[in-house]
Amino acid sequence: MKLHLKIWRQVNNNSKGKFINYDVDNVSEHMSFLEMLDVLNEKLVHKGEDTISFDHDCREGICGSCGMMINGFAHGPGAGVATCQLHMRSFKDGDKIVIEPFRAKAFPVLKDLVVDRSAFDRILQKGGYISAKTGGIPDGNAIPVKKEDSETAMDAAACIGCGACVAACPNSSAMLFVSAKVSHLGLLPQGKIENKERVKKLVAAMDEEMFGSCTNTYACEAECPKEISITNIARLNKYFIKATL
Amino acid sequence: MINLNSNIPEGPLEKKWTNHKFNLKLVIPANRRKYNIIVVGTGLAGASAAASLAELGYNVHSFSYHESPRRAHSIAAQGGINAPKNYANDGDSIRRLFYDTIKGGDYRARESNVYRLAEVSGSIIDQCVAQGVPFARDYAGYLDNRSFGGAQVSRTFYARGQTGQQLLLGSYQALLRQIDEKKVTFYQRREMLDLVLHNGKARGIIARNLVTGKLEKYIADAVVLATGGYGNVYHLSTNAKASNATAIWRAHKRGALFANPCYTQIHPTCIPVSGDYQSKLTLMSESLRNDGRIWVPKKKDDNRKPNEIPESERDYYLERLYPSFGNLVPRDIASRRAKEICDNGFGVGTSKMSVYLDFENAINRLGKDAIAEKYGNLFDMYKQITSENPYKVPMRIYPAVHYTMGGLWVDYNLMGTIPGLFVLGEANFSDHGANRLGASALMQGLADGYFIAPYTISNYLATEKFDKLSIDNTSVTKVEKEVEQTISKLLSINGKITVYEFHETLGKIMWNNVGMARNKKGLQEAINKISELREEFWNNVKVVGRGDNINMQLEKAQRVADFIELGKLIATDALNREESCGGHFREEHQFNGEAKRDDKKFIYSAAWEYQGTNKKEKLHKEKLEFESVSLTQRSYK
Repeated sequence: MKLHLKIWRQVNNNSKGKFINYDVDNVSEHMSFLEMLDVLNEKLVHKGEDTISFDHDCREGICGSCGMMINGFAHGPGAGVATCQLHMRSFKDGDKIVIEPFRAKAFPVLKDLVVDRSAFDRILQKGGYISAKTGGIPDGNAIPVKKEDSETAMDAAACIGCGACVAACPNSSAMLFVSAKVSHLGLLPQGKIENKERVKKLVAAMDEEMFGSCTNTYACEAECPKEISITNIARLNKYFIKATL
Repeated sequence: MINLNSNIPEGPLEKKWTNHKFNLKLVIPANRRKYNIIVVGTGLAGASAAASLAELGYNVHSFSYHESPRRAHSIAAQGGINAPKNYANDGDSIRRLFYDTIKGGDYRARESNVYRLAEVSGSIIDQCVAQGVPFARDYAGYLDNRSFGGAQVSRTFYARGQTGQQLLLGSYQALLRQIDEKKVTFYQRREMLDLVLHNGKARGIIARNLVTGKLEKYIADAVVLATGGYGNVYHLSTNAKASNATAIWRAHKRGALFANPCYTQIHPTCIPVSGDYQSKLTLMSESLRNDGRIWVPKKKDDNRKPNEIPESERDYYLERLYPSFGNLVPRDIASRRAKEICDNGFGVGTSKMSVYLDFENAINRLGKDAIAEKYGNLFDMYKQITSENPYKVPMRIYPAVHYTMGGLWVDYNLMGTIPGLFVLGEANFSDHGANRLGASALMQGLADGYFIAPYTISNYLATEKFDKLSIDNTSVTKVEKEVEQTISKLLSINGKITVYEFHETLGKIMWNNVGMARNKKGLQEAINKISELREEFWNNVKVVGRGDNINMQLEKAQRVADFIELGKLIATDALNREESCGGHFREEHQFNGEAKRDDKKFIYSAAWEYQGTNKKEKLHKEKLEFESVSLTQRSYK
């Protein structure tokens, strides 16, 4: 199939960007979206033009590197997939596709479709962990964990930190991301001890990084490639209220 | 002079590590803050080492070419991590894990290192549980296990099909905690491009800031490389796109010996190649072989749909050939049999280059929900890529390059041949011999980082004297200059062939001639072709873009340049090793289709010394001594 792409190009963080149109021919429906961009980039190299930069690595939806707005949706059409897992069978011949970076004040554009999401790391470094040092740890089976809690914690821990929730949110809120970590650790007996401190610190850090507030639009859950549930946001609110009362 | 002293401690195997830990020198807590340590890479090995060293009180400088430590490729490991906890009460022990690993590696690993790995692996599980890794549990709340290839016990701990992700998040979070405490400085989007030596010791690195394009100089008292494997030499592999060999290869060119480069692991269960545009291959976890059964039709060129082929006309060839291990034979064997079956015309799918991995029996036995709970995300991933539903039709799989057992040579302390250069995880050669067992990579990465390197690096710092070194010293600036020249050269060639095309060409040579089955003629041919390719690359490569902002073409060009040189060394090593062992299969050396070792001539690790551009590398041998296992022909029948 043949596709008409409108792609955001920007040299670096200090320059203004703009959309440029590209046509790509012979796109196979079996290609992934990023493979389609690879093919376009090879064409650009042969023409001596700078290629379109986009973050990507594992190409199996787990590293969280890739992510772009495709026709207005984070990671494009289809539920539960990262951009690298999106296949061209989701499009048809002659489609126009608008591709731009994740937009949020906390995610500055570095080049083309590459944004800097290190604000996520800076939030988690304030308490998104259990303060266990290496060594001196009791046996793994010393503290049984209810299967149900462990499974729910795992559901939240599946977050890949891609930032789609922020990009999808009209307020650029990081509540889904932060609540996933708060849930993951807070549901486990090992993590409960630091719950109050953790939730207070993470919420403060999130505000400091200029992420917006949550107004329950549910857009984050709808576009999350790992289908992280907004139940986690409710849990964060519960923990936060308990911690600040 | 190269000193290949493996520094294996005296005493019985079971006591070596305990005794050694006692003999290692310590740095007192108040002095630790005076030392700086560079850790390159933030995967399981790098993040766990950086966090643990910082907890001890050292100043750690952590580098990643990614935006965040959490993007490292350890994140993609699926199936699990081994530990001989014997929670399953099925006869597991440290000794058994040690034995399985030595045997699985076809007796080409260092006994003392492997024993230590088995010994510390139990603590890894404890550590991870304490960090909040949500391992699978039973209804009583205790940890659950499953089985992996090459073992007859259930010793693999797992977090659904995302074990690597969860373990990495554990060590990433430990790292973040140290970043916040200002014991670790994290340098994002920095790629190490060279190693700095001063008076013979590893003292720093030259890194490129991938956002500004500027070269940056960093110095320290020790340098740790935890930069992963080199499977991407083959172009198509299950490795992430950015995974590369540049850090270890450039350290090699500065004098670090490279051991057993030809030991590459081809993983049996990957989604087959589907088109020319394909950018990478996707692994389907080995854990699937717990419940999935591998088969092909008994008839050649059988074009019926899998569900139309009756049970009696299916060949469950692994179960037939290896009744005691069945579908859970080690990876090298499962891969070789799949290739052979397809080469003989029994393959399935449009390309005829795949075999079925079928869950019908398991679904009937356990129910769809039970299978979904264990493997749900893998099934989803498969469906996403192939648009076929594996709950209804069998998966189609074929082997693909996955892991590299070879790497920089290290002694028992995980130090390379350059003093002060420590190499951890997949980047070193130490524990897996000629074939790695499933769920052992995560184990090794974390063992090295949490429980071995913190002791041995302290010992190095405590016993060495360090000259004062500034970043303006010629030892540093000279290397910086050389890196700068290489970059300018790449940007100025402006030839006709793209970086991607060179990589693809290299990959084809490697896969065809240095892949699952190797022979003398093919290897010689590969060496010649790769030499020509190198020449062509430096005269005709086309690298677009600039040097002063993000330029992924330039990043890739440097990596491919190194892949080409390393590819030649892989072929050279494979040609030298006139035997078959584990993943290294020489067609000339086989017995009933199984790998035939030559213990008389090749019971050594081959450590190669760089001799300069286009010169044949010099071979050094570390003889392997086996005191506590007797060498046998591996049998899984």
